[in-house]
Amino acid sequence: MWVRSTLAYRASFLLTALGNFAATALDFLAILLMFSHITVLGGFTLPEVAFLYGTSGAALGLADLVLGSMDRLGARVRDGTTDVLLVRPVPVFAQVAADRFALRRLGRITQAALVLGWSLTRVEVAWTPGKVLLVPLMLLCGAVIFAAVFTVGAAFQFVAQDAAEVQNSFTYGGTTMLQYPPTVFAKDLVRGVTFVVPLAFVNWLPALRLLGRDDPLGLPGWVDFLGPAVAALMCVLAWLAWRAGLRNYRSTGS
Amino acid sequence: MLYAAVAARSFRRYATYRIATASGVFTNTVFGFILAYTYIALWTERPRLGGYDLPQALTFVWTGQALLAATGLLIGGGMDELQDRIRSGDIAVDLHRPADLQLWWLAADLGRAAFQLIGRGLVPMAVGTLAFPHALPASPVTWLLFLVSVALGVVVGFALRYLVALTSFWLLDGAGVSMVAGLLCMFFSGMVLPLNVFPGGFGEAVRLLPWSSMLQVPADVLLGVHDGADAARALAFQAGWAAVLLAAGRLAQSVATRKVVVQGG
Repeated sequence: MWVRSTLAYRASFLLTALGNFAATALDFLAILLMFSHITVLGGFTLPEVAFLYGTSGAALGLADLVLGSMDRLGARVRDGTTDVLLVRPVPVFAQVAADRFALRRLGRITQAALVLGWSLTRVEVAWTPGKVLLVPLMLLCGAVIFAAVFTVGAAFQFVAQDAAEVQNSFTYGGTTMLQYPPTVFAKDLVRGVTFVVPLAFVNWLPALRLLGRDDPLGLPGWVDFLGPAVAALMCVLAWLAWRAGLRNYRSTGS
Repeated sequence: MLYAAVAARSFRRYATYRIATASGVFTNTVFGFILAYTYIALWTERPRLGGYDLPQALTFVWTGQALLAATGLLIGGGMDELQDRIRSGDIAVDLHRPADLQLWWLAADLGRAAFQLIGRGLVPMAVGTLAFPHALPASPVTWLLFLVSVALGVVVGFALRYLVALTSFWLLDGAGVSMVAGLLCMFFSGMVLPLNVFPGGFGEAVRLLPWSSMLQVPADVLLGVHDGADAARALAFQAGWAAVLLAAGRLAQSVATRKVVVQGG
């Protein structure tokens, strides 16, 4: 239904889809502008940064396509329309995810996929079947990790109500950070996104393995392959947080 | 004064959402940190890029985060409400009020901006200044000029968004235009990268566009890039764009209200 309703204003749909494409492309344009002055950033070349950019963008794009509406939950808790979701015979989670489902979000994925495709033709990697397999696995695990963050953020909205922006700093902020090489950031920040909010598993750790770089924290090599396990763990945590949030929900009393 | 009252109410309205403000501060600070580290990497490779030294580049980052909400640099900042009123037809009621439509919304936007500057600007700026090297000026005159420059930047931002909102009279759903306008603003204001880092003639052209009034000029005033007569010229540049864009908004408004067909009526 949301798909049909957004297609009703055709000119506007095209503009927003294009806008979504361009909005994310701007980040990459900034990177290109930076590389017009330099040859390496934090020891990484342009194709390598493009690889990081493409993988983090595509992973977030996938999660955003499915669960990007989750940040609207805060507004729903505030105006009381969450009650409507509770009485319908469909899981609340599915309803929140489908709320205002927006096809225009395809713009982000398309753009990230294009950059990723370009970078794959340029990075110097001795491709083996295992390494080829690692790329789609990265995207999948990355999307699941971001989806879990979206869900935890939404669960937090049950309590905080209008703190949707905090969630943005972990999802959109996280993806901005993952676009750049980990060597750019302070060690403590890298530790934070490895051990506290494990965004490093979206692309940094597997990408460092692919590109043959050491990770700045000096973790043992097998950690690079923990993506699926981390993604699974995040899902369990997100599910628990969501359940706790829903249980704690009190309707606005007026 | 009616418009002062509108501005004051608008200030108070935004001040009501404390959790939203706190989460905005958090987000601006996180993004500031991420940007600051990338700028450090960039300026380490190319010291004095764009004429800034590293402390100046870092101060630019935090000025951007501090002004982000106030001047509405981010996509979707501000005028959705006016667009909704145009689409739903409520605008017909507004046009019958004994107040000028453009001045009313300008007053409301100034109130909003004043709150956002204090509520969402001060903390990220303070955190950034404590955590990184900075080039904040000691002279109170520079700070005063900076505030004037910010105010002019807010007016330019408003005038642009008002024009965008008025397109709803013809397009009904303004979401697409708002988005494109937001993108232009982000890119050409210096939010994505300082405009003096843009190469050659393109960079020079970009610095003459209205969007540079919203971040690049205030930041340069703060950093002391413009001093003396140069600062006056910078402020005049902003004031000029503000006047031109406000006049354009007024013109569009009179054309729109003469042709307006209210939805559902």
